[in-house]
Amino acid sequence: MKLLSFILRRLFLMIIVLFGILVIVFFIAKIIPADPVGALLGGNAPPELVDELKHKLGLDRPLSQQFFDYIKGAVKGDFGVSLKTNRPVIEDIKEYFPATLELSIFAIIISVVIGMFLGIFSAVKRNSFIDHFSRVFSIMGVSMPVFWTGLLLLLLFYYILGWLPGSGRLSLFVLPPEQKTGLILIDSLLEGNWEAFWDGLKHIILPAFVLGYASSASIARMTRASVLDVLKQDYIRTAKAKGLPKRIVIYKHALRNALIPVVTIIGLRFGSLLEGAVLTETIFGWPGLGRYIVNALLVLDYPAIMGGTFFIALVYSIANLIVDIIYAILDPRMRI
Amino acid sequence: MVGDLLTVKNLKVVFHTYRGIIKALNGVYLWVDKGKRLGVVGETGCGKSVTSLSIMRLIEEPGEVMEGEIIFDGKNLLELSEEEMMKIRGKEMSMIFQEPVSALNPVFKVGYQIAESISHAEGISIKEAYSKVKDALEMVGLDWKRVINLYPHELSGGMAQRVMIAMALVTRPKLLIADEPTSALDVTIQAQILDLLDELITKLGSSVILITHNLGVAAQFCDNIAVMYAGNVVEYASTEKIFSNPLHPYTKGLIKAVPRVSRKGEIEGIPGSVPDLVHPPSGCRFHPRCPAFIKGKCEKEKPELIEVEKNHYVACHLYKG
Amino acid sequence: MEEKAQISRWEPLIEDLKHTAYLWKKNKLAMFGGIIILAFIVVAIFAPVIAPYDPYEQNLANRLSPPSWEHLLGTDQYGRDIFSRIVWGTRIELKIIFLVTVISTSIGIVIGIVSGYFGGVVDEVLMRITDMFLAFPSLVLAMAFASALGPSLTNAIIAISIVSWTVYARLVRAETIKIKNMPYIEAIRSLGASTPRILFLHIFPMTVSPVLVQMTLRMGSIILSAAGLGFLGLGAQPPTPEWGAMVSDGRLYIMNAWWISTFSGFAIALVVLGFNFLGDGVRDIMDPRLRR
Repeated sequence: MKLLSFILRRLFLMIIVLFGILVIVFFIAKIIPADPVGALLGGNAPPELVDELKHKLGLDRPLSQQFFDYIKGAVKGDFGVSLKTNRPVIEDIKEYFPATLELSIFAIIISVVIGMFLGIFSAVKRNSFIDHFSRVFSIMGVSMPVFWTGLLLLLLFYYILGWLPGSGRLSLFVLPPEQKTGLILIDSLLEGNWEAFWDGLKHIILPAFVLGYASSASIARMTRASVLDVLKQDYIRTAKAKGLPKRIVIYKHALRNALIPVVTIIGLRFGSLLEGAVLTETIFGWPGLGRYIVNALLVLDYPAIMGGTFFIALVYSIANLIVDIIYAILDPRMRI
Repeated sequence: MVGDLLTVKNLKVVFHTYRGIIKALNGVYLWVDKGKRLGVVGETGCGKSVTSLSIMRLIEEPGEVMEGEIIFDGKNLLELSEEEMMKIRGKEMSMIFQEPVSALNPVFKVGYQIAESISHAEGISIKEAYSKVKDALEMVGLDWKRVINLYPHELSGGMAQRVMIAMALVTRPKLLIADEPTSALDVTIQAQILDLLDELITKLGSSVILITHNLGVAAQFCDNIAVMYAGNVVEYASTEKIFSNPLHPYTKGLIKAVPRVSRKGEIEGIPGSVPDLVHPPSGCRFHPRCPAFIKGKCEKEKPELIEVEKNHYVACHLYKG
Repeated sequence: MEEKAQISRWEPLIEDLKHTAYLWKKNKLAMFGGIIILAFIVVAIFAPVIAPYDPYEQNLANRLSPPSWEHLLGTDQYGRDIFSRIVWGTRIELKIIFLVTVISTSIGIVIGIVSGYFGGVVDEVLMRITDMFLAFPSLVLAMAFASALGPSLTNAIIAISIVSWTVYARLVRAETIKIKNMPYIEAIRSLGASTPRILFLHIFPMTVSPVLVQMTLRMGSIILSAAGLGFLGLGAQPPTPEWGAMVSDGRLYIMNAWWISTFSGFAIALVVLGFNFLGDGVRDIMDPRLRR
């Protein structure tokens, strides 16, 4: 019961925050000094055409009215039409988001596996070779800019060694699987389309690793710190005094407590994954939402900017909400 | 200086820190007979907890056991392997601690943690052990229906300590080590917990080492008292003798420092402060504060714990064996 | 025999410093980080002396030439010396770090103290606003602001500051709440101290320490954000030798002139590494638990 009310309260808060996000996004779009209509039509367009376009875009209405329309539209999922692709922004989002999602999920899996393994190992076997290696590995991970790492690995694996492809999700000559989830790896597995699966894997592995590397470093550090912290606690001393074998003390008593903050970190990293995706997608030509937003920003396609940014914030908020809920499930003290 | 259950001989323990090596235990001698209760009394930092953790072999880096013997039920614990030690911990020897709420794992329910102790001691699965948790909780006077599914942070200090006692005693240990079990609790709860312990220990016939800085608690509960100062046991005698005829100057100081309703006048503290154990005083560690200091002797030679009268031991140059 | 314990008032402080020095020495990584940052600052100050060439000087005859004795790190697509550009770039990075830190900590501290001290509706509203800013992955929000305001170094600085203040606000608020409830604040208040006095003289100084730790920890990520914006073309505009932008320039020529992107990116990584080591070290030293 406590858990349920906690979830409901969080949900309610999230909705308020989402509203605020809409406000911020709207504000951003409106402070763009450039004139979007002028950009579209060119400087010498006849005034009637300008007015017509302005009217069509709803730019001649008072600001408060525009805001109202915007909110109405957002709730329905209508963010207007992209000035570049001439498609409803929501369609663009639907097309590009799965690619980002697939990349992020793969990256998170990589980072959690590597990160937790290194972190636990370093904490339990302090000052061993793995401990030192993982500290260096971690610090490098959070220091190296994602676009640089990506560029260098691309240079190595594509340009120099030719082992992995350079861009995109699938090679041109491979038949893509039928779109069920939009995640190529899953869809091709569902179809039994091995060629697409392997090809997709080869395409995703490099960007996912690059994206996940920084996160794995964070997760490793957090795991290590958390495990070390927990091992100092009184209840670990009690567990040992109860005569429990060291393995149980660590894997049951310590880890269960130590992983709690790590879960939050994973959730937070998901957010940075989304922003890292922006840079990674650009480097690897990955057709995802990140690259879409970058392109939209560069040409000031403001419906796309607003829609895309809001959508990313939405996904981020939902991810945080899920993390909060998982945290509350794992740690009974948190159910306030 | 031998007990038929536990004998600690010349125990030396150090801690390696940034300031240097802390010589925490400087040759501790202790013993407990079957069914008897020993109170270990002294100021904070005298080494009482370190001694108890050493007996359980729970000293880890930066601490190190340098020398000594701990004979428990015929076996020298310091020579056992970790596996053999694990069979003793939580089964034949149990321990309860000062802050009961933080001594319990916050993510597991109370019932589960008790079941875990039972399962370990009796070699059964935790599921099977669960059925015995009810008896354990009732034994310590808790409403098992309510408590069994609670989490540690939902318990009061007193309730949590009862849970710890249940966990420690459900395995019917030969020796219970209680490290300041009531220091963190309110006075009224203290009394309840001590009564509970008294009742249960008498029923089980276990031995107890009760560590406390509170002489009154030790007086009430224990058969014998060992007074510790700066890493040594300086006096060991029956409770009655300690209070009626304290021999060591430190013991005398401790007893004088306890405020009593019947006595009038000022409370006398012991002048000076607890020594720095990285650079401890030479010879007898108490000599800088001792009112009976013998120049030329006390700062040069460390006094050994010797029997001065029947079953009354002191480590002080004022007395001969 | 009585011994008078004489503790001079300096002893605790000296003990503390000794302990700090011990921890510092033990933490070789922190020292290493400190050296890197020191070098970074020195290079920035002495850039005109250290850089062999003018960073804007083009030499098309020499474009895209590999590292050599004349051009230690090679030249870019306009024949500009990469080494000189990186050296001069340190000034830009330093400026960014300084300004972003000053702006974001100022905003964060003010909001944090106000929110923490006054509580109630003010607190709720300010915290919701903070949540709203935190609801965006920070780079995305910075990107949006930077492009909305128009790509330039100044706007990039503003954009990064806007997304950075939240950390300080929350930290300071937590500290303020802790301090607010301490008995001595009550005492001062009952003596008639005015609110601004309490805020300035008593609460603010106590927040400085955790803010300082957080600041050092965040400097690395400020550079990464700035470089990211630069890489996307949303920061300093060409021909300014900003490292992120340089990596982006080099991307087109990655196959035949790998040195452009590689060395610029390496500079970023090295400085961020230095800050991270340093920040970790500072945190380890200041963390009261780890001081045991």
